[in-house]
Amino acid sequence: MLSIRNIVKQYAGHRALNDVSLEVESGKIFGLLGPNGAGKTSLIRIINQITAPDSGEVYFNGQKLDQSHINRIGYLPEERGLYKKMEIGEQMIYLARLKGLSRADATAKLKFWFEKLGMETWWKKKIEELSKGMQQKAQFVATVLHEPDLIILDEPFSGFDPVNAELIKDEILELNKKGATILFSTHRMESVEELCDSIALIHKSHKILDGRVKAIRNSYKNDTYLVEYTGEHLDFSGAQPFDLISDVAGEDNSHTIKIKLNNTTANDVLQYLLPKTRINMLQEVIPSMNEIFIEKVNLIK
Amino acid sequence: MNKVLLIIQREYVTRVRKKAFIVMIFAVPALILGMSALIGFIAKNNQELSNDLTVKVIDDSKAFEGKFRNAKHIKFEASKQSLNDAKGGLQENEDLSILVIPTDYAKNQVQILSKKKPTYQLTEEVEKQLNAIASAKSLVDHHIDTAFLNALNKNRISVNAMEVTATGTKEANLGATMGVGIACAILIYLSLFIYGAQVMRGVIEEKTSRIIEVIISSVKPFQLMLGKIIGVGLVGLTQFGAWILLSVISSKIAGHAFSGPGSPIAGAVAVLSTIPFGYILGCFIFYFLTGYLLYSALFAAVGSAVDSETETQQFMFPITLPLLFTYILSVSVLFQAPDSPLAVWLSMIPFTAPVAMMVRIPFGGVPDWQLALSMSLMVVGFLFTTYVAARIYRVGVLMYGKKASFKELAKWFFYKE
Repeated sequence: MLSIRNIVKQYAGHRALNDVSLEVESGKIFGLLGPNGAGKTSLIRIINQITAPDSGEVYFNGQKLDQSHINRIGYLPEERGLYKKMEIGEQMIYLARLKGLSRADATAKLKFWFEKLGMETWWKKKIEELSKGMQQKAQFVATVLHEPDLIILDEPFSGFDPVNAELIKDEILELNKKGATILFSTHRMESVEELCDSIALIHKSHKILDGRVKAIRNSYKNDTYLVEYTGEHLDFSGAQPFDLISDVAGEDNSHTIKIKLNNTTANDVLQYLLPKTRINMLQEVIPSMNEIFIEKVNLIK
Repeated sequence: MNKVLLIIQREYVTRVRKKAFIVMIFAVPALILGMSALIGFIAKNNQELSNDLTVKVIDDSKAFEGKFRNAKHIKFEASKQSLNDAKGGLQENEDLSILVIPTDYAKNQVQILSKKKPTYQLTEEVEKQLNAIASAKSLVDHHIDTAFLNALNKNRISVNAMEVTATGTKEANLGATMGVGIACAILIYLSLFIYGAQVMRGVIEEKTSRIIEVIISSVKPFQLMLGKIIGVGLVGLTQFGAWILLSVISSKIAGHAFSGPGSPIAGAVAVLSTIPFGYILGCFIFYFLTGYLLYSALFAAVGSAVDSETETQQFMFPITLPLLFTYILSVSVLFQAPDSPLAVWLSMIPFTAPVAMMVRIPFGGVPDWQLALSMSLMVVGFLFTTYVAARIYRVGVLMYGKKASFKELAKWFFYKE
């Protein structure tokens, strides 16, 4: 869908993007992660052709990105904003027409969305009469009204209350199911694990990690397991086939230990423990995206 | 549908719908009508003396005795009084003046004394007669036969007479022409300012409301800037169109209602009708449009560089300076000397030409080549400023929280895409 190749973007004084390459697969949800100021918005602006890269290329469905692709992209910027004094219905239609829709087409689609999200009464209202959350909802509709193939959302959940955030999340998933490719930037890691098929992590203008979320998390597994047992507290003197990382006493005589294997397997652990106590649970610890994110970012500092 | 057209449409429709726009449409012609009535009134008043004036002639040279001829409203009276005695009479009678002719009037100045500043018509009449008498006398002094000379020049004299009537009508309208010139200067100055500032405010609105990023993910910044400038410009033209229509209608009505001879409005209409309004209007539209394109592009660039209207001051000043400067010159100096080198130069420089040229045009007599050159320079000028402004604009609209300076703007100009 989107192939970003060796993008360099230099601003006066600093380099926002340094040789960044990404592949966004068609029909997938792609997460663009990174701390503030990493270069995410710069990259998004390049994809939207708001700015041009100093070097490197962007391909859209195999074609070099140009003005003809603008109507196929929907963009929700991080800094939201609409014309304050313009009626919402009129404004949405205007924005959709700028994306190439006819007036009749835009009106019909807008009616559908307003009904779907319970916004029917907003048509004649002005933006300044709405609450911030309502404005965001309106702007989300403006982003997807022209049914873009690629939807780019910069921090889509910021500013939404939990109910509306859930609503928008469901809409994003539904649009994705209908075939839209979604690229969103965020630093909310729980939404990444929930939504994203693939991610790229950008830090200090470099891409430092990318791939499928499952694969990344698996590759960061380091033979760490959680074991919960019930019975008398066990002391590990060094003869056991693992290293003890932590040991926490729970309720009802239960204990949870975190262990790291050293060239052994989970089976070895079970064989060692089974004669000694009653095991409730053994679970491999897969690092969360949050942990990976923090680890990678701190590593580079 | 073309995206620029869509933008133009939005800019136009949202502005034309506003209440202020509709109010302005009706308020301004009323003002113009009042103003033109006033101009006509003054012009009419200027051309005729209202009171009968008496001029006492104290002639030490004796060369002019009995040679002054009474003119309309001006009566000449030879006086044997001493200057001081005569001066006493001035305090009592405002319509009395004293003409003092020294013995060697060729070297010393002839003076007119009166309680108030003598009117232009009076001094002109006196000067005319003095010169005629003096030159006749010097002909006689040099033994040239004036009768013979008159016979020789018979044809030329009749030509002179025609010229006199020609200048007579011209002078009669001078007041009105000046009035129209100044009105044009004020109108074009204000409208360049008002509509330029509207463009700037529009840009700032888009920037502060942050919709700019959504829009320029759909269109190029230049398209947005162009659409806005054209849209607001059309609003201006609509406004002028409505004004002209209303003015024509209301002056027609006023002309009928007060068509009795001697009424000030009928007089005004009569005087104003001698001015070539079609030509002036054509030039006005041209200079408004090109001047507007030139300035509004700069205004747009300023709007793009700031985060709020309060920050615009430092940029507005240098931009509006040439406009303000020409405006002040126009209403103080240029209208009195519409063909002076200063006026000609100012009407060539694109930044000052809209105001300066509009002062000159009502007077007529702007050579075609000057008009053509000035107009071509206007077109070059607005293409140039639009190019410069567009380069600043495309960077500026995406810059937030950065206090822009002129140095910064220059840097933006040289940014690559």
